[in-house]
Amino acid sequence: MVRLTINGEARMVQDARDIAGLIAALELDARKVAVERNLEIVPRSAYAATRIEDGDRIEIVHFIGGG
Amino acid sequence: MDGSTQVGEDTWTVAGRTFRSRLIIGTGKYKDYALNAAAAEAAGAEIVTVALRRVNLSDPTQPMLADFVRPDRFTYLPNTAGCFTGEEAVRTLRLAREAGGWDLVKLEVLSRTAHLYPDMEETLRALKLLVAEGFQVMVYCTDDPVYALRLEDAGAAAIMPAAAPIGSGLGIQNRLNIHFIVEQAKVPVLVDAGVGTASDATAAMELGCDAVLMNTAIAEARDPVRMARAMKHAVIAGREAWLAGRMPRRMYAEASSPMSGLI
Repeated sequence: MVRLTINGEARMVQDARDIAGLIAALELDARKVAVERNLEIVPRSAYAATRIEDGDRIEIVHFIGGG
Repeated sequence: MDGSTQVGEDTWTVAGRTFRSRLIIGTGKYKDYALNAAAAEAAGAEIVTVALRRVNLSDPTQPMLADFVRPDRFTYLPNTAGCFTGEEAVRTLRLAREAGGWDLVKLEVLSRTAHLYPDMEETLRALKLLVAEGFQVMVYCTDDPVYALRLEDAGAAAIMPAAAPIGSGLGIQNRLNIHFIVEQAKVPVLVDAGVGTASDATAAMELGCDAVLMNTAIAEARDPVRMARAMKHAVIAGREAWLAGRMPRRMYAEASSPMSGLI
């Protein structure tokens, strides 16, 4: 169990040790998002290798309509 | 002459990428993404602007833009809407680059004002940060020809002056400034923001702009798909008129029928 702040919200996450696991746990499509961990971009190729730790601040973003 | 001037492939190129359509459309304010996609098709657009925002974690099943306006069909042009500093813009576009691999981006650093005109000092600073990171930056700006030149000198891939405030639909407020910007620019110039109806888009193209970018004019039309089609024709008409070279303006009449040989 890790305590994270994801997109500004405090969240307890089980069964996820890395970014790949976190995205799966959140039921997101990894191909359609971008992730920042503690203000640093996590390249998609590094999702599985990037461990998540207590207190991490995660941003998960995607494209939406805009002008 | 057979009466039909053969029109060769009329393309424009920004940051090494070549496009046939001179109409870029936004993807905001539509009733839904399906309507947005239909409008993009009707507009004949090849590029669409998109925004980057937090994923809604409480409902991951929400419709996603990419499922309707498909990135394999349209070139996504990520924007920095909502950023007020250079650092915010860089952070946003780094994420956009990671999300889709795009380095062709639209920079807009707005002022916190009712008219939302760009903060040009901060825009120029952000541009320099982005160029240093290897981005190809199309820059939303005021219609100040002097600042437009500074943006170009700083490495802007395209200059995109506002015709009028974003979402106002008021059309080109200062044709002379757009003319000056087009005349001096060595990179593409696009009117971005303020177009309200088809004639505004035509006017922009008649001034020699390389393309037009619009969102609200189509999204808030009663029939967005039909307006998208109108805009497509308007841009083509303006472009053709620019290429054809308009007749000179005269202060007085000049009869079209000969005045000699009268009975």
